[in-house]
Amino acid sequence: MESVLDLVLGHFNYWAVIALLMIGLYGIIARQNLLKKLACLSIFQTGVFLLFISWGYRHDATVPILAEGFSRYANPLPQVLMLTAIVVGVATLAVGYALIVRIHKAYGSIEEDAILEKDQQEQE
Amino acid sequence: MIDVVLNIVLLLFLLTMAVSILFIRHLMAMAMLFGLYSLLTAALFLVLDAPDVAFTEAAVGTGISTVLMLATLAITGIHKEKRPKIHLPALLLCTLVGGLLVVISLDLPPLGDEQSPALQGVAKHYLEKGKEETGVPNVVTAVLASYRGFDTLGEVAVIFTGGVCVLMLLGHWRQKPSVKVKNKIRITSR
Repeated sequence: MESVLDLVLGHFNYWAVIALLMIGLYGIIARQNLLKKLACLSIFQTGVFLLFISWGYRHDATVPILAEGFSRYANPLPQVLMLTAIVVGVATLAVGYALIVRIHKAYGSIEEDAILEKDQQEQE
Repeated sequence: MIDVVLNIVLLLFLLTMAVSILFIRHLMAMAMLFGLYSLLTAALFLVLDAPDVAFTEAAVGTGISTVLMLATLAITGIHKEKRPKIHLPALLLCTLVGGLLVVISLDLPPLGDEQSPALQGVAKHYLEKGKEETGVPNVVTAVLASYRGFDTLGEVAVIFTGGVCVLMLLGHWRQKPSVKVKNKIRITSR
């Protein structure tokens, strides 16, 4: 019983991250609305951030700012990597939103099937 | 112990938020939920001892991302999503990949483990020698600006490229001058 609880407490973060990743992946594939696709892409991204930050966590440690009286700090490396990734993620999202605005200007819709239909009509 | 409990409660909130983002059909409400989702992520980062990442997520994820999403909504003027259908192949794929990942996750070191491979090697060096070598007490800043300065330079290059892309895509500055030039040519040819 004890070991099962330990397993759940130790791995719950990973399972939650996997659930987030799969919700994001499903949304990217299945949803027709382009804005929603981008939101789901963002959920996927956040899942990856959480995975890295979970790897950096240490029990009974404090934030990685060196100070007198503390000797155990969280791992700074994943935090630095995710700091970069968050900002880059927003840059990608901004390009995505700009693309949506352009697509809406050209097609008058941001639903994927409506856009495809219009494309086929033009080809005929 | 309180950390771990708080962590699990916040993760459950986060999952609820993600599911509701997936299923809500009103896009304005989705943008609001998305902002809340980012804020919860920031809180979670704080619980997991990463205040720098939490600041960035709160400012960039909650602030700028949500504003950009609202701006897109305002420009396109579309507020409702069509009723979505269940996409069976995607559902199957996600269950399969998710199941495989859960099986793999059992081999990962548990949360907060001292023997975790991520803690060995260069991370140890940063914590032990960081202050000596850079003189900055905040190790995250030291790594970001000193040890991995080129990384940050690359990040700035990516943001610059992103900004240029957005300007080129929206391109209001490009269309107006070309019209003016045409008129000028007409006037001179007459």
